[in-house]
Amino acid sequence: MKVIEIKNLHKIYDESTVPVHAVNGIDLSYEEGEFAAIVGPSGSGKTTMLNMLGGLDSPTKGEITINNIKISDMKPSQLIDFRLNNIGFVFQAYNLIPVLTAKENVEFIMQLQKWPKEERAKRALELMKAVGLEGRENSRPGKLSGGQQQRVAVARALASKPKFILADEPTANLDSKSTETLLDIMEKLNKEENITFIFSTHDARVVKKARRVITVEDGKVISDENK
Amino acid sequence: MIWSISWKNIWRNKLRSLIVVIAITLGLLAGVFSSALMNGIIERRIRAAIENEVSHIQIHNKNFMENIEIGYNINNANEILDKLASFPEVKHVSKRMKITAMANTPSQGTGVNLIGVYPEKEKQVSSLYKYINDSSGTYFDAKKKNSIVVSQKFADKLNLNLRSKVVLTFVGTDGTLTGAAFKVVGIFKTSNSAFDEMNAFVRFDDLARLTNFDTSSAHEIAILLNDKNQTNEVAAKIASAFPQQSTMTWLELQPDLGMIAEFLNLWLYVFVIIILLALGFGIVNTMLMAVLERVKELGMLMAVGMNKKRVFSMIMLETIFLTLTGGALGMLVGAVVVYVTGETGIDFSAYAEGFSAIGYESIVYPTIGIDYYLGVTSLVIITGVFASIYPARKALKLNPSEAIRTEM
Repeated sequence: MKVIEIKNLHKIYDESTVPVHAVNGIDLSYEEGEFAAIVGPSGSGKTTMLNMLGGLDSPTKGEITINNIKISDMKPSQLIDFRLNNIGFVFQAYNLIPVLTAKENVEFIMQLQKWPKEERAKRALELMKAVGLEGRENSRPGKLSGGQQQRVAVARALASKPKFILADEPTANLDSKSTETLLDIMEKLNKEENITFIFSTHDARVVKKARRVITVEDGKVISDENK
Repeated sequence: MIWSISWKNIWRNKLRSLIVVIAITLGLLAGVFSSALMNGIIERRIRAAIENEVSHIQIHNKNFMENIEIGYNINNANEILDKLASFPEVKHVSKRMKITAMANTPSQGTGVNLIGVYPEKEKQVSSLYKYINDSSGTYFDAKKKNSIVVSQKFADKLNLNLRSKVVLTFVGTDGTLTGAAFKVVGIFKTSNSAFDEMNAFVRFDDLARLTNFDTSSAHEIAILLNDKNQTNEVAAKIASAFPQQSTMTWLELQPDLGMIAEFLNLWLYVFVIIILLALGFGIVNTMLMAVLERVKELGMLMAVGMNKKRVFSMIMLETIFLTLTGGALGMLVGAVVVYVTGETGIDFSAYAEGFSAIGYESIVYPTIGIDYYLGVTSLVIITGVFASIYPARKALKLNPSEAIRTEM
């Protein structure tokens, strides 16, 4: 079953001065349960593509359909709600809320979705356990290592029961051991719970784990390999 | 959770938030205390005016206030006094004669408002007798004829001492000039030197006898109520009960006090608004710094689905919490300072002469009503709301995809 379908996607920056084709006619689709990486050199357009997939940026031309819903024509306010209920994000710099505990950070998304208090507390604890942070629920981000913070970020991304998770360079700030742990957790969630993960990365360790690798250069897909 | 995050967010940078809180606290302390001080001065003046000078309500012949003449009297004063006694709101009443006279001693002479009173009744509506200290005689305690109670100012002017004699000349009811020598039995000194200089008191019966005035009449009936707040309501009731007379409230008798009280009421708020306006710019600056420091985090919040309304509310709540914390502390400290100084009083004796010249006491007891604190609380919240608009708008303008990648 197709989760994402991209048709003739274009993104041109600074159209009025010197146009830069960050994404230049991409056609792609993702099936449910994929564990895919988008790779490419800096400036190749992978982050721009990921931003458009996540509804953070709008395409200049082309269509993005997620679960049969065309998001490329949505208004910004509609996109905010769409992101909340359909997409999980993991960022390079973790971006946790420093004044909240790990569990509160995970609960936060569910609160935005207006989950009942007991249910969100229960799910937050389950997710903390799933990412191997049982017992660290009440720690603030500042008291956790980079790897642990990124695992909280994964739990947060999963909290809203999204259709897929977009992870932008999730291992860029992590050491080898933390990277390995994080990738194992994500792979396990992918295999056991059929959660779709799409990474943008430079990291060879992520590429090694990915079952599909899409290489982007100059805003175009130059290869799409399934392992 | 937004409330909880907002509250926690303001304590991320404790020092910066504390500086703002202390600035608001000091600003409001200054505002509340200054307001209470000014209010205390005016309230004491109004109280003194009611207790010593005009009471709550006065009744006169309709022509009397325009032209103080002995013939413009209230004919049925005793009947009115009896009827007023049945009004439950009325505490005490006293009738007076009021004429102008010339006062002469061998060395000096001056004009004076001569007020004829029944001392025991008068003591119930006027506290003037309390302003005669032990060494300055009494308020007609000895039942001697032709006694006079004068002010220290008046005594100084005419070189009078206790038991000195002063010759008073005035016009009788038949239009002829009459007069008598009066012995000073008491010397008072109130906080209003203008009042002191203009007025002297004699027994009603002495003045009535010398002027052939009908003792069942009066020029003025002074009424003291149980509750000052009922003044207008009771005045209307009295006016309809005695339509042939003129009924005036203390505010109508001393309109300057009413105007000052009204102006002060407005000024107290203007003063606090100016303080809050100045503090508002500091709060905007602080919140702007807080927003700019959190660009990445705000970008993440918007990316994961926190809508603009919630982002705006969060920044607004942070600003309001910060402002209210300082506001509450400022008002609390202000209330304590006002309470303590309101009990002990603040002595401005060094400026007593100046205060007295304009009718004010030199010991000031700061006081302010609960409605003022509630009003200031509303103003603090409004300041918080206004101060939050610019930083919150700044946050809303962030593009999540760019904000997340911002290098801090």
